[in-house]
This record gives sequence, C-alpha cells and structure tokens, in this order.
Amino acid sequence: MTRWVMIADLRRCVGCQTCTAACKHTNATPPEVQWRRVLDMEVGEYPEVKRVFVPVGCMHCADPPCMHVCPSTATRQRKDGIVTIDYDLCIGCAYCAVACPYQARYKTDKPSFAYGATPMENEAAAHDPKRLGVATKCTFCSDRVDAGLAKGLKPGLDPEATPACVNSCIAGALHFGDKEDPESNVSKLLAENEHFRMHEELGTDPGFYYLWDKAVKEGYKGGGGGQ
Amino acid sequence: MSYGPRPWIQLHWDTRAALNFILGGTGSGFILLAAFVPLAPPASRAALLLGLALVGGGLFSVWMEIGRKLRAIHVFFNPFTSWMTRESFVAVLLFSCGAAALAFDSQRLAAITAVVALGFVYCQGRILRASKGIPAWREPTITWLVFWTAVAEGAGLFLIFAAFTGAGTPASAGGTLVLAVVARAVAWSVYRRRVEADLVPKARAVLEPAGKQLYQLGAIVPLALVLAGGAIEAFTTAASVLAGIAALTTGWRFKFVLVVRASFNQGFALPRTPVRGGK
Repeated sequence: MTRWVMIADLRRCVGCQTCTAACKHTNATPPEVQWRRVLDMEVGEYPEVKRVFVPVGCMHCADPPCMHVCPSTATRQRKDGIVTIDYDLCIGCAYCAVACPYQARYKTDKPSFAYGATPMENEAAAHDPKRLGVATKCTFCSDRVDAGLAKGLKPGLDPEATPACVNSCIAGALHFGDKEDPESNVSKLLAENEHFRMHEELGTDPGFYYLWDKAVKEGYKGGGGGQ
Repeated sequence: MSYGPRPWIQLHWDTRAALNFILGGTGSGFILLAAFVPLAPPASRAALLLGLALVGGGLFSVWMEIGRKLRAIHVFFNPFTSWMTRESFVAVLLFSCGAAALAFDSQRLAAITAVVALGFVYCQGRILRASKGIPAWREPTITWLVFWTAVAEGAGLFLIFAAFTGAGTPASAGGTLVLAVVARAVAWSVYRRRVEADLVPKARAVLEPAGKQLYQLGAIVPLALVLAGGAIEAFTTAASVLAGIAALTTGWRFKFVLVVRASFNQGFALPRTPVRGGK
C-alpha cells in the first residue's frame, strides 16, 4: 500500500511563498484562492517571540470529514490516500468546506482574474469553467504524481512526479513521498525528526506532517508531537 | 501562546442556509402539533399544509445557495455517510407522507408524517454536528438543542395558528410548548457548558445573548404567560399567542446566530515551535 504524505520542515521554511506561487501557476487558481498557502505566525510572549512560517492546505486526511459529509460523493479518497473532488458531481453545497478543520476548501461562483474581468492570456488558457460553483482544493498534484508513476519515476524524488509546491521550495522545507515505504524520503525524515500534525485531536489522521526538531534519541520513531 | 491567522467566520453558509434550519425546524415542529392536536377539519388540513410549506421553503432557500443548482439531484448520492443526503431522503418521505395524509384525510398518515418530521429535524442536528471545522456546530449536544428548538418553535407557531383559526388554546399544544421550552433551555445549558471552552471570544459574544434569550424570553416568559392564561380566562388566547411568539422568535434568532454569526472556525494551531540552530 502507498500513502502519499507531505512534510513541512518548520525549521527551514522562510515564508517566501514560492510554493504558493508555484501552486497558483500550476493549477491556475483564481486570485482569492490559494490551495497552498503559508501562514505567518507569531509565537510566544515578549521578549521570547518567534516568527514561524507554516505551510497549510488540504491535509489529505486518512479519515477526511469532507468526504464523509459530501452528499454527492464528489469527494473521494484514492487508495494512495489522496483526497479528490469530481467537479462533475459536486453540487457546490459547501458542506465539505465547513466540515474541513483546515480551511482548505474554496468555492468560486464567478470567474475572477488577476486584473479584473479580462483574463490574461495564460489565465484564459487555463480557465476551467468546471471549477465554478463547486468545491476546489489542493490535489497533491495527483496528475503529476500519476503521470510520473506511469513513466517509472519516483514521486518526491523525481521533480516530474512531484507536486509543484515541493519542487519550488527554495529552502528544501517541503517534502513529498510514500509514508508506507520505510525507505522513502518522508519515512526517514519522520524517523529522524520530531513532528506533529495540525489539529490531531480531531481524529482526521492528516497526511501533512510538520517537523520541528531533531529526534530526541537515535532511532526515535516520532509521533504526535510528543518528546 | 501561539497564534497565526485567528479563527474567522465561515462565509460558505449564510442566511439562506440558516433559513433551512429555521423554516425546516419550525415546519417540522408544527407538523408534530398539527398531527396530534385535534383541530376542526379545514384548520387541521391547513396546518399540515403550512408545516410542509415551511419545510419546503427552507429547502428551497438552501437550494438557492448551492453552486450548481441543476445538479441538486446529486444530493441523494451518499446516504452511507452524509447527513445531508439522509436529510434529503427524509424530506422526500416527509412530503410523500404529508401529501398522502392530505389526500386521504388520514389521521394515521398524519401521525406518520409527524414522526418523519422529527426525523428530519434530527438529520438537521446531525448535519451541524458533522461539521468538524466549526467548533460551535460540532459539539455533539447540538443535535438535541436543534431538535428541542424545532419542537418549541413548532408549538409556538401552532398556538398562534390555533388562535387565529378560532381553535382557541388547545391544552395539549400549551403542554407541548411548556415541555419544549423547558427542554430547549436545558439543552442550551448542557450545550453551552460543553462548547464554551472551544469557542473563540467573538463566537461566545454572539452566541451567549441568543442563548440567554432561550432562557428568558424563550422559556420563562412563555411559562409565565401560559400560567397567566390558565388563571385568567379572558387572557388565555392572548397569552398563548404571546407565548407562541416568544418561543418562536427566540428560536429563530438563536438558529440564525448559530449558523451565520457564531460559526467561527478554529484557525490553526502550532503545538510545537521549530528548534532552529544546532544543539
């Protein structure tokens, strides 16, 4: 079995938003939509204040509340863990959007472009009316992953088979790979580092991990943000 | 302490969605009373029709909110896990039973319609409960709060309806109102105690006054009016109408606030901060 997951190393992320731009460029999302965004968080009390940049988006949960509530079965989960939306089935009720604890879903009812009503050439070329009035979100670039796999490439290692945001990361903070493969890049990173997942207490089993420190001792397997 | 973008109010479900909970709840509660409280023939049929119309109005309102209106039929595709699908199936059953009850003028079918109407309200409660992204909705006790609010609203509207159709104040309707407003106040109390810690101050600030009204204007006032109406015969009908209005409007206000104003998400949490630099 395969489970594709993403990892964000919070020690490395510099908040440059290149991943956000790469995602928008690849997926042609409208101006107000960011499938991959980076939060700028301020942590602590003066004088012990830290600034932390936190990439967020669809967490591709193993137990996704968005899929359970979806009345049209438009939201589904692939065997490899990627949560998908069928734009032809979605009715745009936005139930998934209020069920998602990560605010990862968007619904755009009217076409909108960077410079008003007239799309730029690239926007016109990428505009997909199927995505109007329905829920949209990060796809983990499943089309790239699938196309790469078909060519015998390894997602997470070969850029052609890897999500655009991960490819674009200037700091090497974002990683993608198969968590079920003990030899994969992500499995090694999770074994070597302390990590947590967002809102784990809700039981959604997110497929997006945040690294925050080296593992306490050699051979530490990580888990749940505990030390 | 850590914070990023603070929780913000969801904008996906607005007044149109709230109207589904308001009209659907009131209509379902009203159908319950219409089925079990004896009224003279034209009024009894009109009551059932009004209840169904309210539920239909709520569903029409939420239909106006969806992005792909012509695909609305897809709402029936996921009965296995989606309470929205289940609500839709129950709605079909509700209108079928209601239409049959009206067509055959059958008390038994009206009673079945009432039971289905309660199922409809239960589905509405579960719809909110399944919304994991909104702390004010996902608290499990929301289901019973929504349920008893619907019964209280329905009983309130029924007392008004009965007064204006010359049926006076049926004792069983008054009794149902008393039971429902007390149950609603208790449900609010339990819900409030359990949800309080999860709510951001802004959500608490809007929910609290609406909830308090469920106690005061929504429970104490109707109870006092029912008692006063029982004691002073000349005041009975007026008291029941006022009690009905109080129960009805407080429920509507609460559900509007719950769906539209208190629906903050929980934002993002950072349980650990990055340890930068060498050890």
